[in-house]
Amino acid sequence: MSASQATRQIYTFYLDRHIFGVPVTCVQEILRLQMLTRVPRSASVVAGLVNLRGHIVTALDVRARLHLPPRPEQLCPMNVVVHTSAGPVSLLVDRTGDVLDCDPAQCEPVPDTVDAGLRPLFTGVLKLPDRLVLLVDVERVVTLPERVGAT
Amino acid sequence: MTQEQELVREFLLESYENLERLDQDFLVLEQNPQDRQRLQSIFRTIHTLKGTCGFFGFSRLERLAHAGENLLGRLRDGELDLTPDMAQTLLHMVDRIRRLLAGIERSGTEPDEDVEPIVAELHRWVAGQPCATAREAPAPSTADEHPQSAPASRTVPDVPGTEQQSPPTQEPGDTQALPVLEDKPVAETVPSLADSTLRVDVAVLDKLMNLVGELVLTRNRILQCSNAGLDDTLVAAIQRLDLVTTELQENVMKLRMQPIGNLWNKFPRMVRDMAYACGKKVHVVMEGADTELDKTLIEAVRDPLTHILRNAIDHGIESPADRRQAGKPEEGTIVLRAYHEGGQVTIEVSDDGRGLDWERIRAKALAAGLVTAEQAARMSTRDLSQLVFLPGFSTAQQVTRLSGRGVGMDVVRTCIERIGGLVDIYSESGRGTTLTLKIPLTLAIVPALIVECAGDRYAIPQASLLKLVKLAEGHSDKCLEWVHGAPAFRLHGRLLPVVCLQRLLGLSACADACTARSLVVLHADERSFGLIVDKICDTEDIVVKPLSRHLKGIPIYAGATILGDGTVALILDVMGMAQEVHLAGSEYREETRTHQALAERGHWVTLLVVECGGQRLALPLAQVYRLEEVPASRLERASGSEVLQYRDRIMPLVRLGTLLGVPQTLSQRLPVVVCRQPEGDDFVGLIVDRIVDFVETELHPDLTAGRPSAGALVLAGRVTELLDLGAVCAHAVPRSAAAGKGAL
Repeated sequence: MSASQATRQIYTFYLDRHIFGVPVTCVQEILRLQMLTRVPRSASVVAGLVNLRGHIVTALDVRARLHLPPRPEQLCPMNVVVHTSAGPVSLLVDRTGDVLDCDPAQCEPVPDTVDAGLRPLFTGVLKLPDRLVLLVDVERVVTLPERVGAT
Repeated sequence: MTQEQELVREFLLESYENLERLDQDFLVLEQNPQDRQRLQSIFRTIHTLKGTCGFFGFSRLERLAHAGENLLGRLRDGELDLTPDMAQTLLHMVDRIRRLLAGIERSGTEPDEDVEPIVAELHRWVAGQPCATAREAPAPSTADEHPQSAPASRTVPDVPGTEQQSPPTQEPGDTQALPVLEDKPVAETVPSLADSTLRVDVAVLDKLMNLVGELVLTRNRILQCSNAGLDDTLVAAIQRLDLVTTELQENVMKLRMQPIGNLWNKFPRMVRDMAYACGKKVHVVMEGADTELDKTLIEAVRDPLTHILRNAIDHGIESPADRRQAGKPEEGTIVLRAYHEGGQVTIEVSDDGRGLDWERIRAKALAAGLVTAEQAARMSTRDLSQLVFLPGFSTAQQVTRLSGRGVGMDVVRTCIERIGGLVDIYSESGRGTTLTLKIPLTLAIVPALIVECAGDRYAIPQASLLKLVKLAEGHSDKCLEWVHGAPAFRLHGRLLPVVCLQRLLGLSACADACTARSLVVLHADERSFGLIVDKICDTEDIVVKPLSRHLKGIPIYAGATILGDGTVALILDVMGMAQEVHLAGSEYREETRTHQALAERGHWVTLLVVECGGQRLALPLAQVYRLEEVPASRLERASGSEVLQYRDRIMPLVRLGTLLGVPQTLSQRLPVVVCRQPEGDDFVGLIVDRIVDFVETELHPDLTAGRPSAGALVLAGRVTELLDLGAVCAHAVPRSAAAGKGAL
């Protein structure tokens, strides 16, 4: 999903001290953390499985995916369930932010200084007056690099 | 309803549907006569119809369809151009077909209608001579088409109109009866059949199945809550919910069930064609065609069964001449048999052909480097038969159109194992071959055992479950033993390899000390193994849900499910786990198979190796009953020799060191090898210094018996003496001790 030209709405969430955004249209629902069933031997990015009203959804630890430090234990994450080509996937985020209008004029490509391995996961940067929002490519974030944890 | 009736019914439904489309097609075609694609589709419809009519013996219908097919073929090939008159004749034919079908639906047999005039007309068109009757017939009807279409319009506006017009011109005798008969049957009986059945997209059924699965889970949750003391009305409502849900589940399951005959019905024809191509005579016998199983499973066994039949015809059944020579009837028989057995469906395909050629399989295995010449010579027929399941293994001397390319049996095995089934082959040279497929009834809802490990619950499909054992601490029947650091368990006197689920899950190493835990005995492929879990919770019917692509690469999971309390649990893949511990890996399987085969011939044995006074000693594991560790304080003396109370008996003990004249180490805990005495079923305990290992080895027959040591051999780089248990007992067990076996 590339940064389109028209104004669109961005759902924002926080991870560590950063703020990220995904198009509102790919967010299915946001839930408080449900009981997670861990999956031994899975990739470290896989946080576990959650029961979403009878559907089993894989929850991904976005912090791990984006190479951020692990979440402090006392922090209870939120499930952001997003639509992907492989069905719904839950992203664990620290807390949710606002829904913002994203004017393409305010967007810029991701600076080259961002870790080259992570750069493809972002579609651009939204410049707000007080801070920058990294726009996340949902499809790519939920696609894990091959053979990460299948030991 | 008999099977034949069922088939006719299906044929009628299908034909009505096709004819409906045909009317539309003809009308479009009239506008655009060059539409080859549409012509092709019409041709195909009529062709199919003709084929099926032939099968049922509806000769009039067949004749009619055949004539129509001829004309349509010419049109399709561009040899003729469709004229409105010609279209009229064809539509006329369609109507007559419909009328015949309606007649079949009413009475079950073909109605006594004269189709010859239309057939003749169609023939004339093919011959390129638009004759008088043909011209006459359509002429009035075309004129009447529009005025007539309005009142008669149901599903097919133009047709009833033409129908009413044309018969009088052609079949004057029918004038009175037909118009009445035909408008009603067409308009009323068609819906009658169509009303009673409904074609449903399988996707909708799957969705329904999922929802019912959810309902079952929710029901389970509510049931769990209802144990917590609620008021009576609520409990009653919950019980009602339970009942209704169960019934609903059963019925929805039934929706997906189909008799396997639906698949088999295609086989007699296929077999005939294949047999004909090979110049053989084969007839098919079907038993249990009404055995029902899940539609997806029927689809899944289609290709494997086709493969098996192909093999049976091409390789199994001999040519008529060969069969005569072998004293068999010229016509070969293939028996398809299906039945329910223990929550599974068994499908057997037997032929009375020449059976597997053991010598050729042996030679082939040797040539392919699968076994050594020595191994090949010793393999039993049972082992040889398993070789045909290996990829690329074909014994066909030449590749025929049907088979012999070396793909087949391995594909069959893969297909069947993918749906959780098993394949086996049994063959008797000269008598025939039987292939047995065992497949589960359904894949959607499976009974499972819920176990706990490291705080999480996991589901194990009960189909692979053999036995549950509560492990005890200390030394008893029910505890783990360690073989060179690997846990093992004695099950019915045989050693069962054991793996720790916690270790398989990569969570932490299993503690060496065996604490009171549970052992789940599973079978995968042809091997069994034990799985150590923390706790066995319950059994539950679970709905298998696939794992997301993030988790696809992990072989030990088969899916996930939602348990009664709403938590998600992973479903363990027994086959995957077995492969993981190299139990079911083909390499291991081959190896054990070979060893078993050799063991049958008495050359290979598993030896228990012990150490005594620095010497290595070995004795066949088959003679060993148990391995014990006994505190020295428990030893007692009777009649001047050492004894031990063991299993309510007095067991004589033998210090092997004393017997062999070597000093033995003195320790507080004595390893004792408990054996059964070769004569009688009394025990004898051999006190050794240390139990070393189990070794599989080949025994040379030139070993002499009669002394405590039956000979020596080199095992694991050390000279090891082979104990002769009979001699040991004779030397060391005093008669009195042997006699004093009275119960304690």
